[in-house]
Amino acid sequence: MNYFPGKDISGCGLVGIMDQSGRRFSGRDIITSIASMRERANGLGGGFAAYGIYSEFKNHWCFHMMFESKSAMVQTEEFLRDNYKIVRDEIIPTKEDKSIKYRPLLWRYFLQPKEEKMKLHYDITEEDFVVKTVMEINTRIEGAFVASSGKNMGVFKGVGYPEDIGRFYRLEEYEAYIWTAHGRFPTNTVGWWGGAHPFGLLDWSVVHNGEISSYGINRRFLLNYGYTCAFFTDTEVMTYLFDLLVRKHKLSFEIVADILAAPFWDSMERESPEKREILRALRITYGSALVNGPFSIIVANSESMIGLNDRIKLRPLMAATFENKLYLASEESAIREICPTPDKVWMPKAGQPVIGRLKKQNG
Amino acid sequence: MAKRPSPTEFIIERDDEKCIACQVCVRMCSNDVHSYDAQTDTVFSDSGKCVGCHFCETICPTGAITIGRNPSEFKLNANWNAQVIKNIIKQAETGGVLLTGMGCDKPYPIYWDHIVLNASQVTNPSIDPLREPMELCTYIGRKPDKLEMDYSKKEPQLKTKLNPQLKLETPILFSAMSYGSISLNACKSLARAAGEIGTFYNTGEGGLHKELYKYSPNTIVQVASGRFGVHKEYLEAGAAIEIKIGQGAKPGIGGHLPGEKVSEEISSTRMIPQGTDALSPAPHHDIYSIEDLKQLIYALKEATRYKKPVGVKIAAVHNVAPIVSGIVRAGADFVAIDGIRGGTGAAPTVVRDNVGIPIELAIAVVDQRLREEGIRNQASIIAAGGLRNSADVIKAIALGADAIYIGTAALVAMGCSLCQSCYTGKCNWGIATQDPYLTKRLNPDIATRRLVNLLRAWSLEIKEMLGGMGINAIESLRGNREQLRGVGLSDIDLELLGIKPAGEAW
Amino acid sequence: MKKIKNQISKIKNSGYKAKLKRIIIREEYCMGCRLCEVYCLVQHSRTKNIIKAYKGEYPKPQPRLIVEEKGQISFALQCRHCEDAPCLEACITGAIYRDEKTGAILCEENKCVGCWMCIMVCPLGVIDRNREGKKVISKCDLCIGEEIPVCVKNCPNEAIVYEEKK
Repeated sequence: MNYFPGKDISGCGLVGIMDQSGRRFSGRDIITSIASMRERANGLGGGFAAYGIYSEFKNHWCFHMMFESKSAMVQTEEFLRDNYKIVRDEIIPTKEDKSIKYRPLLWRYFLQPKEEKMKLHYDITEEDFVVKTVMEINTRIEGAFVASSGKNMGVFKGVGYPEDIGRFYRLEEYEAYIWTAHGRFPTNTVGWWGGAHPFGLLDWSVVHNGEISSYGINRRFLLNYGYTCAFFTDTEVMTYLFDLLVRKHKLSFEIVADILAAPFWDSMERESPEKREILRALRITYGSALVNGPFSIIVANSESMIGLNDRIKLRPLMAATFENKLYLASEESAIREICPTPDKVWMPKAGQPVIGRLKKQNG
Repeated sequence: MAKRPSPTEFIIERDDEKCIACQVCVRMCSNDVHSYDAQTDTVFSDSGKCVGCHFCETICPTGAITIGRNPSEFKLNANWNAQVIKNIIKQAETGGVLLTGMGCDKPYPIYWDHIVLNASQVTNPSIDPLREPMELCTYIGRKPDKLEMDYSKKEPQLKTKLNPQLKLETPILFSAMSYGSISLNACKSLARAAGEIGTFYNTGEGGLHKELYKYSPNTIVQVASGRFGVHKEYLEAGAAIEIKIGQGAKPGIGGHLPGEKVSEEISSTRMIPQGTDALSPAPHHDIYSIEDLKQLIYALKEATRYKKPVGVKIAAVHNVAPIVSGIVRAGADFVAIDGIRGGTGAAPTVVRDNVGIPIELAIAVVDQRLREEGIRNQASIIAAGGLRNSADVIKAIALGADAIYIGTAALVAMGCSLCQSCYTGKCNWGIATQDPYLTKRLNPDIATRRLVNLLRAWSLEIKEMLGGMGINAIESLRGNREQLRGVGLSDIDLELLGIKPAGEAW
Repeated sequence: MKKIKNQISKIKNSGYKAKLKRIIIREEYCMGCRLCEVYCLVQHSRTKNIIKAYKGEYPKPQPRLIVEEKGQISFALQCRHCEDAPCLEACITGAIYRDEKTGAILCEENKCVGCWMCIMVCPLGVIDRNREGKKVISKCDLCIGEEIPVCVKNCPNEAIVYEEKK
């Protein structure tokens, strides 16, 4: 499982649907949508992220695990028992599908971090504790991989066409207020279950179409702040960048877009003096976080869904709204497949984020 | 034998059919190699005095002169080669330290020539620099760990104040060459070219001549161990201040300006007596440890009211990684690292050729070490030491440098042919001399034009290569080792440089 | 030193029409190499080939300018093509005339009788007797027919330039 055939390069298809009122809906729509973009994938990877699916355990951390072997499972469970209280664990329900040939053991755990373990790391926050343990499992335990590690959300992915993966995981039976999906076309010939998108950490999930030419430096920039990129995927770097800039540095999504898809120095001259100062300071400080090379990404966390393109829009991304729902997809046809008459359809400009936010609800 | 003259290095070959006895070579050679015999109306050449500067060859209107290597050979000996034998002869003759100029010329491995670059094919489009924006703008200075924003108003406001930065239009600066080692005309040319391109030049340890004050916005002033010419106006005049601890050509020893080159003007600019050798002390006598350096850095920052970046220049030596780490923590806003190939006006040959390490390895280990410690953003790294073309520049940036200094390359652009006789003060090209008869030969209008051409040409080439890699901003290449591969390097070299061997994918 | 500098400024300020290009002297860049003399000689030789001009032509061709040198100061001096040219006034046959297009002072050889009046009145001494055998004068003709005078073109350090006087 921890087999890295080299850095994967994605030329793929993406979809994201969010109901901003928080009303949950079935995974059927997203499966239909991603299926319409079958040509963008080649059957070597597909995956989904869903938010709001575990309302019963919404305050517990849910780890979606993939195990290559029984011994990996045993080792991991020992590690988890050591650091967490396992409130519930079960097999992730699946349906047999002819196209999914090989599959690892798929298990999910609902966890509560142990206080005494956290105290060993002084003032560590719960989030950093979870990040630490996830990285431990991914790098140290042979044959085990954490697909997602957030609260009340999960990542379902594997090797196969996304619509087949969706049906395999029985996603029509889940209800979520954010769904994202991805179909992969890697240029390496071997796909592996852990390498499919979305990449998940805490409640972040990232689906990505593109190739980052600045990968070498983005990775080393993250190293400066304590993030080790172990998987040689662009998506991992994107996820950690969002985690660092939004969660740790508390920057807004609009500012993060101005860092990752930074405007050109010449374009900055056309802005107001205050805005220009900010953009200049951002680029000077976070120049090594500028993501160069084509990309379109859909990033989600428990309260938002963001779509973003690189600074010269070398990959497609379309957006649409219908009542409370926000749609993002690589192609307009994928949106119209499930929403034939949207209120508004548009093509976001290079570097302009499309942000969907959960309206504040009680309870 | 009591007296044994130095063996001749060059032989002047004069094509008699082409020589018109115009005597231009006779008039122009500062070493009095050529002479005219009126009786026979012919020009004779004394090859023994020739230093190989190629001035006569370049200026001869019929191309009658060729400078050849003296074919007189010693018996072949892999251990005792001709250069080694000649050095011993010279030392036996004079009892002195052998001096030389420019940078190390020994055949140590040149890592630049073993590193190749990437280009995008299929999976990632390359970008056309002629039709799309390609950004080379670079900022040198201390960068904050993060930016704090104030979201209370409608538009987010910036709370963090940035430290002072130097803005460069292209990531190439002119390295420190003191007024004294080079002529005033040469300094003027560097200053003007820096202004035209939008980059900076460095005063070196020679102080700042009053005619150069008008180029202040593009000047980095250097505070070296001799503190030549360091006074209040000098510090105010610089856009940044550089504390020189060492230079790549002679790590561990101070600068050296032979007395022949200390003219009246030099004497007044450097504040030393005319005609005396200007020997800078080896260490700064107030910097004996890292905490002393911190004291000096902050003293300079206080003196200039924290308005300018203050940096440190060191030579690349064995422990360069922990040394730079210490310097960054001592408060430096930028660190310039000079490799073994760095040039000089005068240095003992044995130090120039044997002390120091190549800059390629130095940048790689320094950049990695600073990132591991989480302090890479606190100082910009400027690489120096024999960078010869735009490919070397790009490779240096990909290894981790923010910008690079060029010294030798700039001099060659102005006319230098690397004859290594700078310490004699008789530079025929008017560059490394103070003799007013010779300095006239360097026309600042022409030299400025040539320097601007050089930087412009290199910037265009850098843009081409960046575009080929699918990158349109230089900050995406900085430290991006994935864009480099090694050819013909050993495993340990690859490990130190932090790059993969060619043939290996991501 | 001051005397020399005064003399130089007098030469530089010899009046001529604005808007017409003249050879401007920048003595701070003159190396004293005398390549200007070499190329002037070649331009006014019969073969216009540098090797033949020096080695094959007899009598040897004559350059129309001279490099004045004293101590470390040197510069190339040729006819200034003055606005109020005394040689033009002094010429008894009218051989010396002003070219309409360039404003240059030229001499029509077949009208020149070799009286040397122009040489005597020239304040700068830039006119010489022809030493190639003809009894006529020899002086700078701004290389009429060439794009720029060859002395300017071949000066390695741009110590003389061809510009409109500012």
